[in-house]
Amino acid sequence: MTCEEAEVLIHALIDGELDAGHAREVEAHVEGCAHCAALMKEYQEIRQAIAESDVRYKAPLELRRKIEKALPQPQAVPSRRSVLRGFAMGSAVSAMAATGLVAIVLRNDDEQRIENEVVSAHLRSLQAGHLIDVVSTDQHTVKPWFNGKLDVSPPVIDLTAQGFTLIGGRLDYVNAREIGAVVYKRRQHVINLFVAQTASTERKTAKISTLQGFNIRRWSDRGLNYWAVSDLGADELTEFGDKFESAMRANKEG
Amino acid sequence: MVVNASQDDPEKARRFREAALPYLDDAYTLARYLLRDAADAEDAVQECYLRAYKHFDSYRGPAMKPWLFAILRNVCRAEYARRKTAPTAVEELPEGGDQTPMWNEAPETPEKQLLRRFDGDTVRKLVAALAEPFRETFVLREIQNLSYREIADVAAVPVGTVMSRLARARAMLRSAWLAEQEHVK
Repeated sequence: MTCEEAEVLIHALIDGELDAGHAREVEAHVEGCAHCAALMKEYQEIRQAIAESDVRYKAPLELRRKIEKALPQPQAVPSRRSVLRGFAMGSAVSAMAATGLVAIVLRNDDEQRIENEVVSAHLRSLQAGHLIDVVSTDQHTVKPWFNGKLDVSPPVIDLTAQGFTLIGGRLDYVNAREIGAVVYKRRQHVINLFVAQTASTERKTAKISTLQGFNIRRWSDRGLNYWAVSDLGADELTEFGDKFESAMRANKEG
Repeated sequence: MVVNASQDDPEKARRFREAALPYLDDAYTLARYLLRDAADAEDAVQECYLRAYKHFDSYRGPAMKPWLFAILRNVCRAEYARRKTAPTAVEELPEGGDQTPMWNEAPETPEKQLLRRFDGDTVRKLVAALAEPFRETFVLREIQNLSYREIADVAAVPVGTVMSRLARARAMLRSAWLAEQEHVK
């Protein structure tokens, strides 16, 4: 094998695209050729460096919104498939119980999907330069920033004294609609607090779940749904939620 | 225009959302590298998704990502064609330019020193500076993780061409990398 051939084929070798026979041939050449061996090493290093650096872009929210808008809107009712699944599961019990079961199955499905989306939004936000649209440690800057951008302005609470630094706010996209994200930090860990309006004013106590290695603390209060997402441990995320909720109560009473 | 009733099918829209929207950032990333302009990239991706939705009934695979990319690439090529008349045309090599390897980009003797690591912005800049069609091949491979076969399908060229373009792209990037390293020293 000549160097000229090898200089093309080492790339296929690096990419694992060669069959065993050709791979052996290229490897044999590289072993006996200092020039090609050094080149291959450099290419591998560059490849590694690119894989480890942030070379991707995040689609702007506005683009996501435009595409969503252009598509036929999803109906509010859950898909037929999950309804059927609900009935199948309830077939052994009475019709009444089956109806109840359907409601539970559907709600869980929906919650699961939204939790997935919330974690995706959290991951997107961690890419460089995508975390915050308004940078401020001052709640009186972050809160007004949301005004006019959303139907509902998410509560922005300074929890610095409690060990969670407010670093800013962001508009995000979850469940086919715009949603506010208030961003906190504890040490190097980012907490995204997603806030969305809900029809129900019923207070729901916090639930902790784990998805793709992230902890999610979800609760509802005064017509708002909250999802706090972070790679913080469940205990610290619980602490965050508790501090936030008690600060909210103090605010309302004060 | 005849409106196909199935275009308004919410079930189709739901399936399309689930299948295609997770690749929105990937598509936008590809468009940014192909067009090197944020606003044009946004327009191209929007057009791509609308076309993809229109043709979603006939989608039978292969994987969603390369399928979307093939559509996006066509949209971007239309944009190139439009720019050809504009003063800021994207530099394109003459036809067949990628068939003759020009290895002079790679210094005769590879450097002994370790390669320097750059921040994300510098790496983006180096990749964005690659000439077409090498940039496209490179981004599909290194940033989008497509296989050679998938790249060949997206770019509508034989796998052999993918291999030679990728070799050329990496050689060019290596030179640019070393030059940048020299420059910041």
